[in-house]
Amino acid sequence: MLTIDNLHVSIDGKAILNGINLDVRAGEVHAIMGPNGSGKSTLSAAVAGNESYEVVKGDILFKGENIIELAPEERAHKGIFLSFQYPIEIPGISVTNFIKTSINSNLKARGEDEMPANKMLKKIREKASLLEIDSKFLSRSLNEGFSGGEKKRNEIFQMAMLEPSLAILDETDSGLDIDALKVVANGVNKLKNKDNAVIVITHYQRLLDYIVPDYVHVLNKGKIVKSGGKELAHELEEKGYDWIK
Amino acid sequence: MPLTEKLISSFLAFELDIDINSPIHSIRTNAIKKFERLGFPNRKLENWKYTSLNRIIKEDYTVFSKKKNVIDFKKVQDYFLDNIETYKIIFVDGYFDPFLSQTSHDGIDICIMSAALTKTKYSKIINKFFNKSANPEDSLTSLNTAFSKEGVYIHIPKNTVLDKPVEIIHFATGNEAALILQPRNLVVVEENSELEIIESHQSLTVNPIFTNSVTEIFALRNSNVDYYKIQNDVITSSLVDNTYVSQKRNSEVKVHTFSFGGKLTRNNLNFYQKDKAINSTMNGVTIIDCDQLVDHHTLVHHANPNCESHQDYKGIYSGKSTGVFNGKIIVDKIAQKTNAFQQNNNILLDNKSTVNSKPQLEIFADDVKCSHGCTIGQLDKDALFYLRARGIPKIDAKALLTYAFANNVLESINIPELKHKIKKIIAKKLGVSLGFDL
Repeated sequence: MLTIDNLHVSIDGKAILNGINLDVRAGEVHAIMGPNGSGKSTLSAAVAGNESYEVVKGDILFKGENIIELAPEERAHKGIFLSFQYPIEIPGISVTNFIKTSINSNLKARGEDEMPANKMLKKIREKASLLEIDSKFLSRSLNEGFSGGEKKRNEIFQMAMLEPSLAILDETDSGLDIDALKVVANGVNKLKNKDNAVIVITHYQRLLDYIVPDYVHVLNKGKIVKSGGKELAHELEEKGYDWIK
Repeated sequence: MPLTEKLISSFLAFELDIDINSPIHSIRTNAIKKFERLGFPNRKLENWKYTSLNRIIKEDYTVFSKKKNVIDFKKVQDYFLDNIETYKIIFVDGYFDPFLSQTSHDGIDICIMSAALTKTKYSKIINKFFNKSANPEDSLTSLNTAFSKEGVYIHIPKNTVLDKPVEIIHFATGNEAALILQPRNLVVVEENSELEIIESHQSLTVNPIFTNSVTEIFALRNSNVDYYKIQNDVITSSLVDNTYVSQKRNSEVKVHTFSFGGKLTRNNLNFYQKDKAINSTMNGVTIIDCDQLVDHHTLVHHANPNCESHQDYKGIYSGKSTGVFNGKIIVDKIAQKTNAFQQNNNILLDNKSTVNSKPQLEIFADDVKCSHGCTIGQLDKDALFYLRARGIPKIDAKALLTYAFANNVLESINIPELKHKIKKIIAKKLGVSLGFDL
């Protein structure tokens, strides 16, 4: 589904990623771990198409197509979803209307009709209850004044609504207490199937107890320095990151 | 001939056409003398530092349209509010159009100034209120006063909640190569009464139009007035809107200004609080581009205790457009317990757009709450990426953020049909098809 080939990315001329190679197939869960500043968030931003990040070299292939030149919205239309580490607060747009606009934009880009209002409402209710989101929450301004946990839950709610083929969860566990973490992980697991894939980016192993990865990759100084199975996450938890540096 | 001279000489011709023995005629003659002395304002004046009228007054305007022109309702239908009953006072090239209008004398007076200034049954109200709150030292107001003849006259007696809004449209047909229009409006809302007004100026061609309008509003005890100005004229029209609001105890007046069109738009909005427990609200959304200019000059004079004023102006500028906000708040020594809030937020979408924002607070009382804030920034890049990462195309994402930025002010519109119309204008202005049904 996703093939990253020798990816070099820099911000303001400063090299952050120095040759990343990664292969993610449908049905798989990959975890990307690493110390602060290792380039984890840069990798997710580059795949999602953030224009502040410059791809200097390498390719990103999604479902066989090189997406390097595509705008963020075009990548979203193809089925890439990024759950933000720091979801942006946007006063004046409600959660419901944001997700409606988002879904209909995606449908329109794929040449499909807009979703009828009643179907939309039904889907919103269903996914909100999956993530234990109160209906009052849905009429609030997007992320404005949300707690850390509410923001993350809202991200996964959007993921549930959009049903992407590839979801990248950037530090979704940060700022979550254990109950919220379980709700979020449960949401992700329910959405997981053989046709989609998930990349979990995290500093800690904690989330991986709930969203169990097939592969774990360790990122350091902009390169993947070690890959392995889920046991690698436990090893990192015990030994810290120093031994792989 | 320069416009100033042309106007002054036109006054003599104007006098042949009106009743010079009427008591208000001395007001007119004093006003033309004042204008003769002051002339058009220039940038040497502090209040006109950022806005030059030069490019507007260089046109060779006709002062009075030579004939009454007729327009077909079907051609202008889109400029009216949809799906809602309204009283209508419609002018075409400065003349009242009885076919497009729907006036009323049924206990209330929703009619025209030319009748109010000449018929004796209105003289009591005219003598009491006409030109009583307009600033006689202001040159453009004086110019309007000198030529005051036609416009809107609204008198709502005590204990009357108007059943539907009043819609005022000033059309210009372009039958004159260039035309100056000077509507003069008087609105008197008596005790415990309520009124909603929606006003716009619409030229139907690209021939230059310069409108210099004066509106006086008197809101008596416990009255409620909502005044919506839709400034979405063609790019060759300019407008100076001088509005004077005089309020009595417990009254609440809100002026909402939506500025999207026109070449140059200057709003001189003045509130005078003449008693206690008064609430005054001014808000606006400005979205302009190319070389458009919109200038909001507000004044609130808190002259009595326990009053409030709220100002919230949002501006979004692209191209070489210019925005000006100057908000003056005067709190007299006697005006203790005043609450005065002022906010002006601006987004510049291009390197070449400019905004000049200036709060001007003169506070002489010591027990007051006055706050003001002004911001000038750009659309948040991270927010833009967030929306785009959810599949919302860049142009829609920008529009959505712009809309969200202006949302507070849009939410203050109490007439759903009007809100819908304004959202539609904004979507068109931003080049998107989003319904903004947010």
